Amino acid sequence: MGKNDTPNKSIVARLGGQKVIVLLVVVALFAFFSIASPNFRKYNTVLSILDYSYYIALMAIGVTFPLITGGVDLSIGTGLICYSLVGGYLVVHKGCPTIVGILVAIAFGLVIGLLNGLLVALMDLPPFMATLCTCMITRGLGALIVNRLGISWPTTGSEGSWFRDIFKATIGDMKVPLGFLWVVLLVALMAFVLNHTPIGRYAIAIGSNKEAAVLSGINVKFYHTMAYVISGLFAGLAAVAYSAVFATVQPGTGAGFELEAIGGAIIGGVSATGGAGSIEGSLLGVFVICLLKTGLPYIGLQANWQQIITGLVLIGAVLVDILKKKRSGELKAA
Amino acid sequence: MGDVILTMKGIDKSFPGVHALDHVDFEVRRGEVHALMGENGAGKSTLMKVLTGIYTKDSGTITYEGKEVSFHNTREAQDAGIVIVHQELNMVGHLTVAQNIYIGREFKKGIRIDDKKMNEEAAKLFERLHIHIDPAETMSSLTVGKQQMCEIAKAISRDAKVIIFDEPSAALTEAEIEELFKIIRDLREQQVGIVYISHRMDEIKVITDRVTVMRDGAYVGTLITKDCTKEDIINMMVGRVIYEDPKACSAVAPDAPVVLKVEHLNAGRMVQDVSFELHKGEILGFSGLMGAGRTETARAIFGADPKESGDIYINGKKVEINSPQDAVRNGIGYLSEDRKQFGIVVQKTVAENSTMANLENFMRGLFIHKEKEAEVAQKYVDSLATKTPSVEQLVVNLSGGNQQKVVIAKWLVKDCGILIFDEPTRGIDVGAKNEIYKLMNRLAEEGKSIIMISSEMTEILRMSDRVLVMCEGKKTGELDIQEATQETIMTLATREISI
Repeated sequence: MGKNDTPNKSIVARLGGQKVIVLLVVVALFAFFSIASPNFRKYNTVLSILDYSYYIALMAIGVTFPLITGGVDLSIGTGLICYSLVGGYLVVHKGCPTIVGILVAIAFGLVIGLLNGLLVALMDLPPFMATLCTCMITRGLGALIVNRLGISWPTTGSEGSWFRDIFKATIGDMKVPLGFLWVVLLVALMAFVLNHTPIGRYAIAIGSNKEAAVLSGINVKFYHTMAYVISGLFAGLAAVAYSAVFATVQPGTGAGFELEAIGGAIIGGVSATGGAGSIEGSLLGVFVICLLKTGLPYIGLQANWQQIITGLVLIGAVLVDILKKKRSGELKAA
Repeated sequence: MGDVILTMKGIDKSFPGVHALDHVDFEVRRGEVHALMGENGAGKSTLMKVLTGIYTKDSGTITYEGKEVSFHNTREAQDAGIVIVHQELNMVGHLTVAQNIYIGREFKKGIRIDDKKMNEEAAKLFERLHIHIDPAETMSSLTVGKQQMCEIAKAISRDAKVIIFDEPSAALTEAEIEELFKIIRDLREQQVGIVYISHRMDEIKVITDRVTVMRDGAYVGTLITKDCTKEDIINMMVGRVIYEDPKACSAVAPDAPVVLKVEHLNAGRMVQDVSFELHKGEILGFSGLMGAGRTETARAIFGADPKESGDIYINGKKVEINSPQDAVRNGIGYLSEDRKQFGIVVQKTVAENSTMANLENFMRGLFIHKEKEAEVAQKYVDSLATKTPSVEQLVVNLSGGNQQKVVIAKWLVKDCGILIFDEPTRGIDVGAKNEIYKLMNRLAEEGKSIIMISSEMTEILRMSDRVLVMCEGKKTGELDIQEATQETIMTLATREISI
């Protein structure tokens, strides 16, 4: 007692830790590409980066929750395509109003999320396996329902295309990336859920020390399930964003989307072993990935380089996480 | 002392193969501190787990505040006012102190968790308990001692009527222990019933009103603390008849050379300045209570855990051991207390396990020389009398005793001169135990030197030539087998502290 063992916090830690660094990286990347390529610093490029970021950002918001519980959700990528195919099928081939297609896509995501949650929290399947299985199931199911044909959601100008304007409105001659506003609002909402409600608090507790959560009398099974329900719900929302931005959806695609979302979340400071992370950080991490993917072709590098560089950045992010843990471990032993 | 708040009568509990609690009686009064004592495995923790609903009793009754109760989980026990401060910390490192204290019963403002109020309430609680910790601090950044104080504060904040402290002082500094005792005295004033589990005899004398002793899952007796001596309690704890004869005298020649010398070994809190010598052909018993640091010492010597300082000499030559590979190269073999996790690969065959530590000698070019492997494995199956249909049998199909023999064979194949046996007969039935003992004696006669860590007093007294006793990370004594008795060992194993 008496001796003050509060570690001296660095300026970076006081400003929010890894988030600040990632924000600086986003700004630096943007500045670098803008200087390196005159074509990059055009309004249309910004628009296309944002267009491309919505569905990954939405997936990343959702998947942050399973990651924080110490799990993962691999089903969100193929799931997204599946939900979009099913919703689009109803609109295009069954004559349903667009709103029905959208709601069905979101609800489908919710159901798959619930299934993941039950498999992991109630049946004790390892999250990697449970969501790998639902990943395969959604991939097959999507293709089956649309009979292996692509789906084109209503394109701009045609009837029922109003939902595209939700993400990119045209005011006068200006195209306005409204989707960014929705993403930011959802980030704010889910940051509140993570930091100030039992759903978030107990997700952290499960990821940090599940035994302690159980012994504290928390309904761990329920809250563990909720993390996956949120992930599924946001995969459903991501399906809507994807459909609005790209309109055409091909069955059998989507594998790999989840890796960009998970990668973004980890770069943004979500601990690879659970217990820590933030929604804002995950969003910033997604922008790192999107900037690399969009920016590299402008400086003459193939898009494949993005994957290599993202992989390297990820290794760096995970190393930072491990170093942090080691250091706090030493503090405890002292 | 007030009236009786809690009575446990005739509590019986069996696990497969173990009669953990044999009709145990126990009671707690309001405003008393009641010590619960006993050796490792006496059933103290099991009894408290039955009380708090972690285990279900087979028979017996629990009466609490005049009513018969039966809790199904810790939550129900907590809600009734019985809380347990666990020996191991149950904290969520990523959350703040206040968030941990009120976890599962957060203050809310609408759907929002009211962290501000939680911090204020925690600050009030700390003030009342004279604990100096910032409630907004992240739990993982506190020292273990402070985390323990938070755990205690959490228990107290539930307005408990009965609080069970399971070895609360193990992680605390002396100053922190004094703070803890102040808190306990305050609680006693407030008529809280307190169960205090500890091995520290002097703490028992200072803080408790009564002592109940358990032995081998049974109730032995209850004493008024101020009317009894430390020796009375120790006699009650160890008063078991020893069925196997202890070793009469050391079998080691007085001039046997020192094969292993450890000087001033330090590795964290559990290994503090440990020095000892091991002679050729000797069985050196490591005795002590749970958490005394015996396994940690062995792991540090073996290079499995990092050490902070200290020198190791093998056959008089100083050696650097920084990893198990280094240790094995220097002829040290370690037989872990947890065979399944560290000692053997159960889904592999007897032959494959036997050569695992020494595979480079069984290679023909890039390939494993299967015939040579089988031949050598068979040799050790024969000489150790391992019961297996063939060396191609999967280890998972062998009994515990025979699995242990496979681990022994592994280190013999490697030709290790120094063998560390960590709880060599844990989970092994009586017949097989005797075989393992015979084998260890034979190995010692053949000139192998053995460190045997054991929590079983009879095993220590039967096998050791010399006994090293540890307590809380420090060596507290060394006894020749002729001086070693249950009482002398227990006295060294229970720590003296001055308060």
